[in-house]
Amino acid sequence: MNKTTLFEQHKNLGAKIVDFGGWSMPINYGSQINEHKVVRSDVGIFDVSHMSIFDLSGSEQEEFLKYLLPNDVDKIKRSGRALYSPLLNNDGGVLDDLIVYNLGTHYRIISNCATRSQNHDWFVKQSESYDVKIKLMNDLSIIAIQGPNSINLLDKIGIHDLDRMSDFDVKIYNSSMIAKTGYTGEEGFEVVIENSDVESFWLSLLEAGASAIGLGARDTLRLEAGLNLYGTDMDTNNNPYESNLGWTIDLNDKKRDFIGKRALEEINKDACKELKGIILRDKGILRSHQLIEHKAGNGEILSGTYSPSLGFSIAFARLDKGHDGEGKVKIRNNEFKVEIVSPPFMRKGKMLI
Amino acid sequence: MNEIPGDLKFKTSHEWVRVEQDGTVTVGISDHAQDLLGDIVFVELPDIGTQMNAEDEVAIVESVKAASDVYSPISGEIIEVNELLIDNPETINESPYSDGWFYKIQPDDLDEINELLSPEEYGEVCEE
Repeated sequence: MNKTTLFEQHKNLGAKIVDFGGWSMPINYGSQINEHKVVRSDVGIFDVSHMSIFDLSGSEQEEFLKYLLPNDVDKIKRSGRALYSPLLNNDGGVLDDLIVYNLGTHYRIISNCATRSQNHDWFVKQSESYDVKIKLMNDLSIIAIQGPNSINLLDKIGIHDLDRMSDFDVKIYNSSMIAKTGYTGEEGFEVVIENSDVESFWLSLLEAGASAIGLGARDTLRLEAGLNLYGTDMDTNNNPYESNLGWTIDLNDKKRDFIGKRALEEINKDACKELKGIILRDKGILRSHQLIEHKAGNGEILSGTYSPSLGFSIAFARLDKGHDGEGKVKIRNNEFKVEIVSPPFMRKGKMLI
Repeated sequence: MNEIPGDLKFKTSHEWVRVEQDGTVTVGISDHAQDLLGDIVFVELPDIGTQMNAEDEVAIVESVKAASDVYSPISGEIIEVNELLIDNPETINESPYSDGWFYKIQPDDLDEINELLSPEEYGEVCEE
């Protein structure tokens, strides 16, 4: 089992450790619900060093990324910017999702943990005809600092001027990368730091008043924030339009070819299913694979859980088009009325539904 | 290690029973079980009057993480359920052996309880 550099720190904090895609990771440090609420109201820190970091080098990084990704890295031509994109196969199916960073010196990709070797092989294969080298970075850790007090927290430990950063800005601070990104729907940052420095950084954040947050709360936070989880909400069986990712498919540059483009152009978007948010206000919990019906078709629950912020169950579902805002979900032997909405459910501490 | 009270008997699937003075039996889930589940957010309890056989699925407990079945440790008729859990399912996390009980059953055969695990034996199951 893989362990992050902070593994012993998590154990010292009383974390419950689970197998997370082959990594021993903290699922919570006591109560997932309390940790969730801390991030919405104050600030929490997450060890997400199980995620995969790839650094690019060579003279054709931009050309390669314009071909590799359906979102267009032209949008981050200015250094110090980051861009979200899915990764598609030739059939337009979603292989993974990632963030690509323009660090000025080079581009960096951060993608999921379970797809690490698959992505590495894919990047190497697709870059064959470009002057690009791909390096998997095993000597770096990632700490997410998320919540309305994240700027104050970092200010306390001597990292200033972050209030000038916009979402998806990125900068280098000493030898670390600080990006204004996250997976919670709150203001926050993700810091990529050398393994040798991560322990003192983590401890200084705790000492400055941050709470450690497990990956359990990370999952409920991102669902409330309307953010997909790869493997549950999207995979190669569905195209990006069926996974609420149409906005990431950049077709503005007509001359640009990218992997999956031809397949996407053949799709009749009107006939595609759609990914929507589901709300169950009655007592019951929406879970993956439950079936849902609405007046014009049906579908299946993807991510589903209890929302600690809202106090009832929420989910994503992939549905036939044509709903009228209402549906029915079967949970065990009971049928429940649900609302069908557009995600997100919450952003920056506020309910959006 | 989670605490295990001495007056209880256990099923390997983490339910506990306590024989009350009036001969009825109270059923709940263990401290170890609530700890494994994490924050509990929903419970589905049986209807009063239902006849259960040992091993039947009798209740559902849902944590933020997942839904789990609760199995009846013994046979008998459901005579009372813990209504407190409907609006306060977190009571199971806070007090699994006391306020967080699930239901009371009028046992068909008290001998079935002798087949359940002692606290020591159950402790060994949790260690595995």
